[in-house]
Amino acid sequence: MMGLSVNIKLVVENFRLEVSHTFELGGITALFGASGAGKSLLLRVISGLESRAHGSVCFEGEAWQRDTRFMPAAKRGVGYVFQDSRLFEHLDVAGNLQFAAKRSRSNAYDAVVKTFDLQPLLGRRVAALSGGEKQRVAIGRTLLTAPRLLLMDEPLAALDHARKASLLPYIARLPEAFGLPVIYVTHSVEEVTRLADRMVVLANGHMLAAGSVADTLARLDIAEASGKFEAGSVVQAVVKRQNERFLLTEMVVAGQPLSMPASAVAVGAELRLRIRARDVALALVRPEGTSIRNVIRGIVVEIVQESETAFAEVLLDIGKGQRLRARITRASVAELGLEVGAVVFALVKSVSFDRRALPKS
Amino acid sequence: MSWPDLAPLWLSVQLAGVTTVLLLLIGTPLAWWLATTRARLRPFIEAITALPLVLPPTVLGFYFLILFSPNSTLGGLWRDATGTSLTFSFSSLVLASTLYSLPFMVQPLQSAFEAVGRGPMEAAASLRAGRLDAFFRVAVPMARRGFLTGIVLSFAHTIGEFGVVLMVGGNIPGQTRVISIAIYEQVEVLDYAQAHALSAILLVFSFSVLMLVYTLNRRAPVRVG
Repeated sequence: MMGLSVNIKLVVENFRLEVSHTFELGGITALFGASGAGKSLLLRVISGLESRAHGSVCFEGEAWQRDTRFMPAAKRGVGYVFQDSRLFEHLDVAGNLQFAAKRSRSNAYDAVVKTFDLQPLLGRRVAALSGGEKQRVAIGRTLLTAPRLLLMDEPLAALDHARKASLLPYIARLPEAFGLPVIYVTHSVEEVTRLADRMVVLANGHMLAAGSVADTLARLDIAEASGKFEAGSVVQAVVKRQNERFLLTEMVVAGQPLSMPASAVAVGAELRLRIRARDVALALVRPEGTSIRNVIRGIVVEIVQESETAFAEVLLDIGKGQRLRARITRASVAELGLEVGAVVFALVKSVSFDRRALPKS
Repeated sequence: MSWPDLAPLWLSVQLAGVTTVLLLLIGTPLAWWLATTRARLRPFIEAITALPLVLPPTVLGFYFLILFSPNSTLGGLWRDATGTSLTFSFSSLVLASTLYSLPFMVQPLQSAFEAVGRGPMEAAASLRAGRLDAFFRVAVPMARRGFLTGIVLSFAHTIGEFGVVLMVGGNIPGQTRVISIAIYEQVEVLDYAQAHALSAILLVFSFSVLMLVYTLNRRAPVRVG
């Protein structure tokens, strides 16, 4: 069996983690869920840092854990980037890097130093580094162990927004630059859409969904799964033109025009945009005389009424396999007579686009 | 005033040196176990380790005397193996001091290992370091302050020991007549000049040692490597 198959049970105090899934490896797989969903615990089981789990963990046909056999973390060839970096404070930056390089006889030292711009930091003490610098060193150090699989446990969670933004491109490049599959734990939808190819959703110690990011985010039942999750969808867009006069970036989504405040992206670039469900309104006819610029035609494919609240979520097919979801009141659903198969026009506020969405390289 | 007989001082230094080395060998694994175990036995072992802090030296010394006597199992084995009696020998002082000073080595080491925590050890494992490798390359250097404190306190405490030594060692010149015993005897025979000299040496030594420990504890972290 190729990939990483995990079939484990672990009870820690009152929490029960029970996951059976084969992770398809390649690119970045996001392990997504609210805090306390068991994401980090699952990562620890995979890495071999948590020996109390029962069951099996197999990587590319090699048993890391099965029955009573347990391969210690040091032998698995798994890289682990911790949320709190865990650099060795008794060593300087170069010492931390060499600690890893020596034990794997890695010759990637120069390449890693170059990729992560570590040259100016080499002589520095760990305590003198900023949070973002620490994580860059920690990622570099982990890569020097020449891992076969890289596990990252919310590596950006402790950083402020600017540092997060500066580190994201480094992480996005990892799979290609180092030929390395990555499992990335996060509770941020933004990080998922910017980094990941696939995602696995965890809630209360159980797997809730798995698949491509666009499909999984578009599925309606995930909204309830995670506390911090905000319902929305991810669409693919191609940049057509930079409108200099009005400072807009004009794009095409599923053959339909769409614009957002100007963003420094190249014409022809493919972008992924996140559109929050509550920023989408629906109309039965193409509206005129409105300030909303983005109107996308779609067909209703699913309506989920939330009987406890005033709201319903409507999933639209906007063409070319792309999906958009809208959160509107149940009263509106009734008044408009919406049903599956109906043609509607989605009104999207320009401001709701994720301007920092990166082209996936 | 005549120059004091320094032989008891050297004997004390030898005793403290040997005891400290033994304590490093025993205390390090014991402290690591106490700092990392989830075993239920832990408070039991911790209490035993701390006993010398609260028991009067005479009580410890009394039990050691019984344990070391040629009629006991340990004393008998010792006599069969070495042909000498364990009581009133330098070896008995070493054994007694090692147990008596155990908390002074184990407690600073245990706190230092607890301060290191599991995080760096897990990081080391994820960087392909085996357990011993991680222990010597990560835990020990990170706990170096604890080692320094443990070594200095064990050494100083053994130098200053009196009651246990008197119980198990007696007062044999060159064998068991350490500095504290020598001072006691000098006072008994009213040789105050000698007692003054040795006491002053011990006072200055102890103060310097404690100053060293507190100064080092206050200093910013020292870099290694």
